Amino acid sequence: MKSLLTRATLALTLAISIAGPAAAHRQWMLPSATVLSGQDPWITVDAAVSNDLFYFEHVPLRLDGLAVTNPDGSAGTAENQATGKYRSTFDVHLTQPGTYKVALASAGIMASWEENGQRKRWRGTAETFAKEVPANAEKLQVTEGARRLEFFATSGKPTDTVLKPTGKGLELSPVTHPNDLFAGEKASFKLLLDGKPAPEVEVTVIPGGIRYRNDLGEMKVKTDKDGAFTITWPTPGMYWMTAQTEDKKTTVPQANKRSASYTATFEVLAQ
Amino acid sequence: MRTLLSLSMTGLAVTPALAGELAVTVEIPKLEVAEYHRPYVAAWIETPDQQFVANLTVRYDVKMRDNEGTKWLKDMRQWWRRSGRDLTMPVDGVSAPTLPVGENRLSWDGAKAPLNGLKPGSYALVVEAAREVGGRELIRVPFDWNGKPVKAEAKGETELGRIAVEVKG
Repeated sequence: MKSLLTRATLALTLAISIAGPAAAHRQWMLPSATVLSGQDPWITVDAAVSNDLFYFEHVPLRLDGLAVTNPDGSAGTAENQATGKYRSTFDVHLTQPGTYKVALASAGIMASWEENGQRKRWRGTAETFAKEVPANAEKLQVTEGARRLEFFATSGKPTDTVLKPTGKGLELSPVTHPNDLFAGEKASFKLLLDGKPAPEVEVTVIPGGIRYRNDLGEMKVKTDKDGAFTITWPTPGMYWMTAQTEDKKTTVPQANKRSASYTATFEVLAQ
Repeated sequence: MRTLLSLSMTGLAVTPALAGELAVTVEIPKLEVAEYHRPYVAAWIETPDQQFVANLTVRYDVKMRDNEGTKWLKDMRQWWRRSGRDLTMPVDGVSAPTLPVGENRLSWDGAKAPLNGLKPGSYALVVEAAREVGGRELIRVPFDWNGKPVKAEAKGETELGRIAVEVKG
């Protein structure tokens, strides 16, 4: 059952990430708060795939693979997980002071080929690829994908432990702390691919609340040679950031490219 | 954050204390609203380039069970960013109950903390108020701290009324 579920998640992940920027649907997690004080703070989170930000209107985001990292680097828990028609929800109890990372990261391979004139589709990992995909498959097409979707939340003073990159896929390395963002101020970030600077990657930032305005308000910036970029937040609110890149570093030789995506939600406070 | 901290340290370096007194008036306006809660109010001193120097007072619901009143301290956003998130409340001599409607006169002795280490120079008094189911307002009143008498004031528009600083030589 577990592997079936994982595979279903991967299927959705890859279907979306491989479809690329042409797909209008956006994946997101929306925390109830990212800057918290007090003795016993909790956050609750909505997770969905939709056109408009941040509205539940299409499908819920599957939570398989959801990982909470506590401020001390240990694994935390996402409590009260539920998936409904349009959204998934879960809670995180911020029992430690400092910054938490909540992430959905996955990587996998998608293949299609012809068997007796019929199109076959397959999704899995590098390990299962050799076993499950016929070596002599006709018209074989293989793509690899890595996705990361995340946000940060801080109880009390912001800390840096969870900001260290994992070194896998496309990731953000914040220079400005992601829970210290204010309208009118410039925030600096670095984009990394497998832990190394990702130059010349387009990063798109869109403020939430799309439904109640005409202008999408999209900001696009390209990372420089060091993978660095800056965003000046025009107004307070929740922002959605996404970036995608492709390279030839595949784990199976049959794949001709790997696509990697990074998506995050940031809260920008009023001055 | 580290920069802020070290700057605040230098602001409070050991220097001959100036005699005198800092008197601050914080007016909490009377608001005709269905559900009124006294605002959370923080008052602190910063440099003209908005670096935090020292807290004067932080007014919040100190009496709630299990220190639950601290949940809304972050709503004083600038204070939270500049100082609050580095503290564990309550803080002696800083934490205090909320202020009632009207003019509240508060004063600090120049010979005692936190003013005894304040170097002569230009500063600003910053007062930030955040009210449950209400709004938020922040007022800055520049003043000089050099042993000479000073009177300065500003007026809030929504959550704060008259904010006055008086340095008594």
